[in-house]
Amino acid sequence: MPTKIALAGNPNCGKTTLFNDLTGSSQYVGNWPGVTVEKKEGRLKGHKDVIITDLPGVYSLSPYTLEEVVSRNYLINEHPDAIINLVDGTNLERNLYLTTQILELGIPVVISLNMMDIVKKSGDRIDSLKLGASLGCEVVETAAIKGEGSLEAAEKAIALAKGKQTPAPQGKFSKQVEETLSGIAKAFKDILEPQRARWYAVKLFERDEKVLGPLQFSSEQKNKLESLILPIEEEYGDDSETIITNERYEYIAQLVNKCLRKNSKGMSVSDKIDRIATNRFLALPIFAAIMFLMYYTSVTTLGRIATDWVNDTLFGTWITNGATAALSTVGAADWLNGLIVNGIIGGVGTVLGFVPQMLILFFFLSLLEDSGYMARVAFIMDRIFRKFGLSGKSFIPILIGTGCGVPAIMAARTIENEKDRRMTIMLSTFMPCTAKTVIIAMIASTFFPKSFWIAPAMYFLGIAIIILSGIGLKKTAYFGGEPAPFVMELPPYHIPALKGVLIHMWERSRAFVIKAGTIIFTACVLIWFLSSFGWTLKMVDIESSMLAGIGHAIAWLFAPLGFGNWKGAVATISALMAKESAIGTLAVLNGVADPNNTQFVMTGIASMFTALGAFSFMLLNLFDPPCIVAMATTSREMGNSKWTAIAIGYQVVLGYSIAFIVNQLGSVLFYGASFGIGQSIALLLLALAVFLLIRPSSHRGTMFGRAGKAI
Amino acid sequence: MKTLKEINPGETVSVLAFNGTGALRRRLMDMGITKGTKIFVRKVAPLGDPIEITVRGYELSLRKGEAENIEVG
Repeated sequence: MPTKIALAGNPNCGKTTLFNDLTGSSQYVGNWPGVTVEKKEGRLKGHKDVIITDLPGVYSLSPYTLEEVVSRNYLINEHPDAIINLVDGTNLERNLYLTTQILELGIPVVISLNMMDIVKKSGDRIDSLKLGASLGCEVVETAAIKGEGSLEAAEKAIALAKGKQTPAPQGKFSKQVEETLSGIAKAFKDILEPQRARWYAVKLFERDEKVLGPLQFSSEQKNKLESLILPIEEEYGDDSETIITNERYEYIAQLVNKCLRKNSKGMSVSDKIDRIATNRFLALPIFAAIMFLMYYTSVTTLGRIATDWVNDTLFGTWITNGATAALSTVGAADWLNGLIVNGIIGGVGTVLGFVPQMLILFFFLSLLEDSGYMARVAFIMDRIFRKFGLSGKSFIPILIGTGCGVPAIMAARTIENEKDRRMTIMLSTFMPCTAKTVIIAMIASTFFPKSFWIAPAMYFLGIAIIILSGIGLKKTAYFGGEPAPFVMELPPYHIPALKGVLIHMWERSRAFVIKAGTIIFTACVLIWFLSSFGWTLKMVDIESSMLAGIGHAIAWLFAPLGFGNWKGAVATISALMAKESAIGTLAVLNGVADPNNTQFVMTGIASMFTALGAFSFMLLNLFDPPCIVAMATTSREMGNSKWTAIAIGYQVVLGYSIAFIVNQLGSVLFYGASFGIGQSIALLLLALAVFLLIRPSSHRGTMFGRAGKAI
Repeated sequence: MKTLKEINPGETVSVLAFNGTGALRRRLMDMGITKGTKIFVRKVAPLGDPIEITVRGYELSLRKGEAENIEVG
C-alpha cells in the first residue's frame, strides 16, 4: 500500500509550486470523478511508494462550492494517510481558518508555513514553534518557490502517517459551544466514527446538508439534534453556522496575536503596483495594452508564424514528401498512400499545427495567473460581463476566439465558476476566427465587392450573438439560478516562477494534444475515407464519392437556407473539418484545378450561389459549430457528454436559424418572393428569440433575493 | 443603517450584521468578514463595480450587490 499524502490549502498560497517541487515530472493530471475540477497526483521525488494528491485550493470546507465538496469528499472518503496543509505566512488569519477545519478531520497534519522568504523580507516574525504547539501539530517553515523546506515537510508527513499521529484536539470554541459539541458527539456516538467525532459534531451542529444527507436521520434523531442546537442559537442570537465561523476567527485572531510580530510599515510593492494597475483611469488602458500584447504575440505574429511553419513546412512539405517517397519506394497501394498522406498526416498535422500557438498563449495565461493579474482582469471587466451571465475573465477567451477557437476554449480554464466557464466555452467560438475570415473574404469579394462593411459586421454580429445568447441562456434552468457569489481574493502580485509557468503551459498543451488528437485523428480518417471512396469501395474523385452521396442526400436540409445543392452541403461538411477548407472544397467541386487562383474560384462560386444564398452560406458556416478540433476541445473542456451536446446543439440551432431567417426574409425583401410558410417560420423564430430574451428567468434565486435585485 | 455598499473608498468600518443567507453569507464569513471585523474600503473598480476591500490583512473584491448585504457602522 502506497502512502497517500494530500496537499490542502487556500488558493494562491503556493500549493502548485510545492506540488511541482515535491513530485517533479511524475505528475498525472486528470479531473475529479464527475466534475471538471482538475485533479493532480504525483509520486514524491525519491519515494516511489508515496503518492501526493493536490487538492483544489479552497478557503473553507463548507459545502457550497464544487472545489470544497471535492476536497471534503477526498479527505473523508479516500482516507489519505496524512495532510500537508499549506499556510501562507503573509496571510495567516485567513489561511488558518481552513487549518482549524482540517485539524478536526482526525488525519495526521503537517503545516507547511509557506512564503517564509517574503515574511522574513518584510521584517515580520512568526513564532512557528508556538503556533504548532497551540494548534497541536507540526509546523515546518517553507519557501516553496525556492524549494526550501518542501522535502522536510513531506518527510514529516510520512513519519506522522506511519505513526498515525493525529493532531491533539484543541478546545477552540467558547465554553458553551464546546459543551454543545460534546453533547452532540455523545448523543450520536454510536453512528459516528470515533476518530472523526469532532468533525462530525461540528458538521452536525452546523446542520451541514452534505453530512446530514447520507446519515438519514430519523425524525427522532433530528429532534434530538435540534434540541441541542436551538438553545445555544437562541443564546447567541445567531444561527449555528455563523456561531462556529465567528468563534473560529476569534480563536485565530488570538492565536495570531500570540505568534505574529508584524513589522508594520507603509505600502508594499504589490500595493504600489495595484494602485496603478487597477487605477480608475489607467486600469483600462493598461488592460488593453496587455491584452493586445498577448493577442499580437500568440495569435498574429509569433504564434501564426510557428503554426504556419508546422502546417505548411513541417507537415505540408517535409513529412508529406518524406512519407510519399517512402511509400512509393516500398510500392504501397494508392489508397494506403492516400490514407497516410491525406488522411492521417493531413489530419494530425492540423492538430499539431495548433500546438505552437497554444504553447505561446498558455505561456501568457500562466504568467497572468501566476503573477496575480488575472484576478484583476476579473475585477476590471466584471461589471460588463456579468450582465450576460459571463465572468470578467471571459474577456480573454472571447478575444482569443477571434484568432482561433481552440485556444479560446482552453483559455476558459481560468474561470473558476462552472456555469460561467461552460457558457464561455459555448459562446467564445461565435467570434469569427482566422479560418472563418477565409470564408468571409471569399464570399464578400465574390458577391459584395463594394461592401467593405461585411467583414467588420460579422465581428459585430459575433459579439451581438455572444451578448444576446448570454442574456437568453442565463434565463434558462441550465445557466440560471443563483448568481455565484463574486467574493474573490485579489492576491498580492508576485514575480512568477519560470518553472511553474512552464509546467503549467506544458500540462495544458499536452492535455489538448492527447484528447483532441484522438478525436480528430478518427474524424480525419473518416472524412478522408468518405471523400475518396465511392459506395462500391473503389477510390473515386470527390464528385462521385460517398461524401458527395451524403451531400446529395442532405442537400434538402440547406434548401431553406438558400443553397440547397449538394456542393454547398459537402462544403459545409468539410468546413467542419477546418473552416477554411469550405472554400477549397467549393473550388474542387466546381472543377477549379488550382484553388489558389482566386479569380477562377470566384467564378466557380458565383455560378452556384445567388448573392443571398452565398450570404446565408457564410452565416451558417460562421455561426454553426466550429471545426472538429474546436468541438473536440469543447468536449474535453466540458468534461461530460451532456454539456458537450448542449453546447454543440445550441450552436447548430443558432447557426441554422440565423441563416434560415436571413434567407427567408431576405428573399422577400430583395428578390420579391411571396410571403409563405418559410417566412412565417422565420418570423416565429425571431419572435421566439425576442421572447427568450425578455421573459423572466425560469429560476429565481431565492437565497440571493436581495443580492439578485441589486444586480 | 448603513451597508458596505454605501461606504466611500478610504473609510474603515466594522461589520455589524449580515442580511443574506446560505452560500453567499457563508462565503463572506469564510473569507473572514465576521461580526466586528474591521473593513477598509480600498477602491471601486474602474467601471464602478465591484469594490475592493482590505479585511484581515488581505485584499478582497466583492460586488456592490453583495456588499449591500453587510451592515456596517
